[in-house]
Amino acid sequence: MPILQLQGVSRRFGGLTAVNRVDLEVERGERMTILGPNGAGKTTLFHLISGEVPVSSGRIVFRGRDVTRLGAHRRAALGLRRTYQITNLFPSLTVLQHLQLAWQSLSGAKYQWLRPLRKYGDITARAMAVLEQFGMDDRRDVPVADLSYGEQRELEIAMAVVGQPELLLLDEPLAGLSPAESGRVMEIVNGIADGITVILIEHDVEAALRFARRVTVMHQGAVVMQGTPDEVRSDPRVQEIYLGQDAAGARPV
Amino acid sequence: MSVLYLAQIGTLALIQTLLATGLNLVMGYAGRVSFGQAAIFGGAAYGVAIATVRFGMTPLAAAAVGMAVALGLGLLFAVATLRARGVYFLLTTLALGQVVWGLAYRWVSLTGGDNGLPGVPRPGGGIVWSFADDRGFFLLALIVCAAGVGLMYLLTESPAGYALRGVRDSESRMRTLGYNVELYHASAVVIAALYAGAAGVLYAFYNGFVSPQDLHVSVSADAVLTVILGGSGTVLGPALGAVAMVLLENWLSSVTSRWSLILGVLYILVVLYAPRGLAGLRLKGAARRVSPAGR
Repeated sequence: MPILQLQGVSRRFGGLTAVNRVDLEVERGERMTILGPNGAGKTTLFHLISGEVPVSSGRIVFRGRDVTRLGAHRRAALGLRRTYQITNLFPSLTVLQHLQLAWQSLSGAKYQWLRPLRKYGDITARAMAVLEQFGMDDRRDVPVADLSYGEQRELEIAMAVVGQPELLLLDEPLAGLSPAESGRVMEIVNGIADGITVILIEHDVEAALRFARRVTVMHQGAVVMQGTPDEVRSDPRVQEIYLGQDAAGARPV
Repeated sequence: MSVLYLAQIGTLALIQTLLATGLNLVMGYAGRVSFGQAAIFGGAAYGVAIATVRFGMTPLAAAAVGMAVALGLGLLFAVATLRARGVYFLLTTLALGQVVWGLAYRWVSLTGGDNGLPGVPRPGGGIVWSFADDRGFFLLALIVCAAGVGLMYLLTESPAGYALRGVRDSESRMRTLGYNVELYHASAVVIAALYAGAAGVLYAFYNGFVSPQDLHVSVSADAVLTVILGGSGTVLGPALGAVAMVLLENWLSSVTSRWSLILGVLYILVVLYAPRGLAGLRLKGAARRVSPAGR
């Protein structure tokens, strides 16, 4: 059974149909990329899957459960995590505190009001383990406002994977990174432990096509085609709507 | 200055500390400014006054009534502001506060209306020492206040306390991490209400008299300013702010009748030049100003 099913999912903002009757099935363990020019509705689709924006019509099934009416925090509790295209961190907190917050959300600890967080050795240990995995353990006490942009992007991903989600939505993790930083973040994304299903939105076409075994192409809110990276590369429609345009980060294929 | 005078001023500062410490959880940690704390503070004070004066209850029972009023109002505020953010939160709490003020003003048979309710008896016997004289009462207030500030330290250092900071910094991120954002906001509002309630109960016994003035929006504004002056988002900030505020008010009001004008200018200076308040000045150098990372 697919881990995620979208059935005729639409989202309208007034007269604008941002996402138009999208059907999508993602198998457990799959790595899928969503391609499409700016304004294709990719990020809105992520908002609909994560539950931050309600659907106008259609149905979303996650892990066999209809989550269409479930709030974002309930879907997160079912094992759904996402990152943001625009860095969305807690400016006043340190790197370690970010991972503690990300990890404690899975346990009853998040409702504890009377025992200091630093005394929860298990939460700190898990947070540090992930920081080591990301090579950020020496940055644990740095406020995120003092991190480089690349480090902030890495922290975004670290927060999403600390809870070992069932499904991870990555929204342009490479946006705004230097080539060297891109390579490093892509290495992290590729190395994310098996068992996590990943859907990736990415403008860097080559990186995106290398990552995925299956690609979904969106244009003007609708799914245009699905196929293997090779099929997408050679599809004339895709070249016309996406690769033919001067889209940010797109290189000739 | 006599010891008695110090005890009196000190008691007022302690009561203000409790009120501001609670508000700071909503303002400094959860990131929403409430302009309705007077309703809860005054509501609890009225609860004590009505219980003792109208119904002849014992001080302990009256204190329980006051806290129950604060809890009830806190839940009401929490539910009414469940989805209100920013200025909408501020306006909703302000409006609710004015409703409670109007109620006390108009419901004359219960509240005495404009005349207020005089004759709230001080708990005479005390426990180890007498609370009847101002020095004894100061000690009582000091113990309650110290317990309140100590508890606030635990609350803000707890996992839930850090979750509140997360909610303040980015609601959407907290939601997609699996946090029920509304629940944390509501918890902060209710906890703040219990602090305002404790302050109101102490105030009713200390002052012996409650009036609609205790529910006035200026009490709410004072609480907000105390938090700003002391340093919002720090555990000891509200206490520093309360002491500074009560001392300043007492001193300035003895020097000039335009003292509130001077206080106003002072607040503007604090906001401009010491945005983290008195507690922030103390930490200057050690604590870096944190600027929002590209949002």
